[in-house]
Amino acid sequence: MSEQLIGTAMRRIDGRQKVTGAAKYAADHPLPGMLYAYGVYSTVASGKIVRIDDQAAKAMPGVVTVLHHGNLPTLHRTPNAPLNVKEILHASRVDEHRLPFEDDGVYYPGQFVALVVANTFEQARAAAHKVKVEYQAKDAVRSLAQGLKTKGARDGGRGHKRGDPNAEVGTQRIDVTYTTPVEVHNPMEMHATTAWWEDGRLYVYESSQGVLNHRNLLANVFDLPPERVEVRAPFIGSGFGSKLWPWPHAIAACAAAKVTGKPVQLVLPRAQMFTTVGHRPDTIQRMRMATDANGKLVSIRHESFNSTSTLDPYTEACGVVTKNLYSCPNVLVSHSIAAVNRGTPTSMRAPGAAPGLFALESAIDEMALAVGMDPLKFRQLNLSTTDESVQLPWSSNHLPEAINTAAERFGWHQRDPRVGAMREGDELIGYGMGACNWDAFQVPAEARVTLRSDGSALVQCAVQDVGTGTYTIVAQTVAQLTGLPVDKIEVELGSSAFPPGPVSGGSWVTSSIMPALAGATRQALERLRGYAVAASGPFADGDVQALTIEGGALVNGEQRVSFADVLKSQKLARAEGRFQSGMPVNPTHSFRSFGAHFVEVRWDPGISRLRVARVVSAIDVGKVVNPLAGRNQVEGAIVMGLGMALFEAGEFDPRSGLPANNNYAEYVVPVHADMPEIEVILLDYPDYNLNEFGARGMGEIGVTGLAAAVANAVYHATGKRIRSLPITKEKLMA
Amino acid sequence: MRTFDYVRADSSAQAAKQGSSQGAEVFLAGGTTLLDLVKLDVMKVEQIVDINRLPLKQIEPLSDGRLRIGTLVSNTELATHPLVRERYPLLSQALLAGASTQLRNKATTGGNVMQRVRCNYFRDGISACNKREPGSGCAAIGGLSRSVHAVLGTSEQCIATHPSDMCVAMAAIGAQVTVQGPNGLRDIPFADFHLLPGDSPWREHALQPHELITHITLDAPLAGSQSAYLKLRDRASYQFALASSAVIVRLESGRIAEARLALGGVATKPWRATEAERFLMGKRPSLALFNQAGELAMRGAVTTEHNAFKVPLGQQVLVRNLRDLTLQEASA
Repeated sequence: MSEQLIGTAMRRIDGRQKVTGAAKYAADHPLPGMLYAYGVYSTVASGKIVRIDDQAAKAMPGVVTVLHHGNLPTLHRTPNAPLNVKEILHASRVDEHRLPFEDDGVYYPGQFVALVVANTFEQARAAAHKVKVEYQAKDAVRSLAQGLKTKGARDGGRGHKRGDPNAEVGTQRIDVTYTTPVEVHNPMEMHATTAWWEDGRLYVYESSQGVLNHRNLLANVFDLPPERVEVRAPFIGSGFGSKLWPWPHAIAACAAAKVTGKPVQLVLPRAQMFTTVGHRPDTIQRMRMATDANGKLVSIRHESFNSTSTLDPYTEACGVVTKNLYSCPNVLVSHSIAAVNRGTPTSMRAPGAAPGLFALESAIDEMALAVGMDPLKFRQLNLSTTDESVQLPWSSNHLPEAINTAAERFGWHQRDPRVGAMREGDELIGYGMGACNWDAFQVPAEARVTLRSDGSALVQCAVQDVGTGTYTIVAQTVAQLTGLPVDKIEVELGSSAFPPGPVSGGSWVTSSIMPALAGATRQALERLRGYAVAASGPFADGDVQALTIEGGALVNGEQRVSFADVLKSQKLARAEGRFQSGMPVNPTHSFRSFGAHFVEVRWDPGISRLRVARVVSAIDVGKVVNPLAGRNQVEGAIVMGLGMALFEAGEFDPRSGLPANNNYAEYVVPVHADMPEIEVILLDYPDYNLNEFGARGMGEIGVTGLAAAVANAVYHATGKRIRSLPITKEKLMA
Repeated sequence: MRTFDYVRADSSAQAAKQGSSQGAEVFLAGGTTLLDLVKLDVMKVEQIVDINRLPLKQIEPLSDGRLRIGTLVSNTELATHPLVRERYPLLSQALLAGASTQLRNKATTGGNVMQRVRCNYFRDGISACNKREPGSGCAAIGGLSRSVHAVLGTSEQCIATHPSDMCVAMAAIGAQVTVQGPNGLRDIPFADFHLLPGDSPWREHALQPHELITHITLDAPLAGSQSAYLKLRDRASYQFALASSAVIVRLESGRIAEARLALGGVATKPWRATEAERFLMGKRPSLALFNQAGELAMRGAVTTEHNAFKVPLGQQVLVRNLRDLTLQEASA
């Protein structure tokens, strides 16, 4: 091995393509004869389509066809199986199981009820406005509260129980309820599909976080052998989970291409990014906690309720961190779901943990205050040292150090604990903290590494770079193991034709693909060594074991021959390695990532202005492969956490259930002017129990716990405990 | 998007003949409101009269101290013009508090005055909305009405706020709106330009059919005055005001000799708080005084379940602005 690339800050190898516009996204592939599809979306939340009048639309210039439930050829559903990460490379999942245009039912507002296909985008949109749909509207379930009241809750699974959580133990108790609203992913790049059929094969450019799953799904829907479908997503303008599993538009576009025999492009309008591609559901979370006289937690009950659609059950598993972050003998975690007439929810960055840690870390703050302890000291006293929910040791847990390091950098010890005691000019200052936490997975992945006679290497994997820097990490890993310079590593990702890779989610990409890359690289090098010692090779009859790898060459003592020359000596073009890595079997450890956020808020009561002035976060995610990209992931997640804390809420009309702020102006996300000073400390302790590189993922952890840290700081500044996100000014003015 | 005719006007008179401020023949300036609403199929236009080639891009000081602004002057040019910065700092501040750089580069002075409301029930194309479909009702009442809905100047027929920041500053400054009609030019006082929704919310302004705004002439600045625009919202940029204030105040021997107060984000039109202005006259500035003025300004507010906070917020945005302009020592 040569130069240490893993762990070195590296600029993105695809950065130039992105800033010059050379990177092509799903809707950047104009094809000869391509048609454009534009949806007609339901304007009622529940009911039936009585009649679709498409005569006027069909008569408009350029219109090719109007598809709907009355005329679309039969499609097939995909098996409705829960996600099994062991089988991730064979998954064909959706979150919304109903096919588009399957029947005349309307189950949520913004549902596809027709699809206009025309020669241009403008023609398709103009005609879509002319399609008249007559509905028989039914009374819709418009809110989680209404769903719980009218239909009751169903068990959402993923619960946990230990000890006797219902016993009234302890000397100090709290019993509080938190709520979080619907949040919408809203990646900058709209969901988009470009699809065409050729010789009985289906080709698709999709803005997808999982090309392989997407391919398998389309194979099921269109009854094709999977190898006759190819899905490509070389670049994605992010997804945050909304592009993990295919949505109706993706199927509709492929169906339209089949019906018309032409390539079809469908780009979802921004308004439909709020309805038919998933969202984080709203939650109601009751937290009960008790401590003994010394401030030790003796009981935690976390009962969570979330909305789902009438079509599919989706559980926002808010209590998964509650099971094991703190040491506690009596614990209950439960999840219940209630159906409302909205599109099916889906994973959004740190699903479960993001709303769940708002409740847990707010409640910890409330509990600490109830027992009269500094929230930091209270956490230190109660942190778990093993995963008590499965009775396994943590693989690598440096949370105490994360807390101490961040607290020091932040200046927590200068905090005056009295509410409203810190002040500057018109502003009251509040300090708050919250732990952050996320899974550490390794899932199966396969990669191919080809050493080529031109001195380069080609790496292929059907995993995606969703904007997080995966291309660069792949290049770093192969460069590290071969000694080739990074610019000699060509990386191809995001095609289902490549060796199978997992969906880019769960923060598992880095930890999953590095072992596959390493296996494939080593196999390629092994082949190369074999060529080197073959009869006409440069090390003919030499000892294979004596050949070491240095800077893209095989070396034995003074003799040094480049990979390219080894291949040339045999008149070979390539030495290929292909390897599939697995996941921990019968693990002897529990794997998670840890961290802590410290937040300073400033509240100006004279003009009711709340702002976050400072965030210091220390994160323990194992080995940090690329500190530049890693820091960027955590900073971005913190920004998203600020949105969750202060601004974001998908709103629905209380009478109709229709989305009411479905655009970028009224669904408020943070902008540059809202940015606090952000300092991210990456602890960088390799977790070799998980994989040989010690790397865990870091895409999601930063968003968790941040809203709680803000809410805790708000309490410190104002004395107002806000248990309902977002923390808007009217809640503080009340 | 629907098909429409497009014509390019070569003179104001021709533009006025072909286009209108009402109905299906509309003027196109920056297009930052119009094109969105046409794409959403909310404005069902049949003819667009492009006025961008008209020679209405000048900012000219008049000999009587007033400032004449061509209707096509962009929000960016107006905000950064040296005379505006020097004489009307609150106008520059108001413009820069609005929209984004890209939008301000496109948006024009006349277009800003004419911008439509941000109420989602207006923009969704399907809900009851008297502005979009006269007589259909107002879905915002009893619906979601937090951010872009008013507490002052509302009616049973419409509660949408006028979204402009620029207009709030102009309401405080005072101005004349010059319009070209089929029968020549006329001036409309700025205060009379925007109409309250009343029983006819679809009538938003005092323009007659086939009248085109050609200029806005600001009143001469109040000599010896201080002025500022203060805008409160959820995030720090790129959001319409939840409450804003444009304040011009002149002190004489420690007393308020003149005060002009206008509010945004809380009213159905750029809102001049005249009663509060009169109340302040001749009094010594103090926080207690400003609090009373704030209460007066918001008196008569009609709130919904979601926007009741705009009453205290409207008071605050006025009090803070007045305080910072007159009580320097308190804002340390």
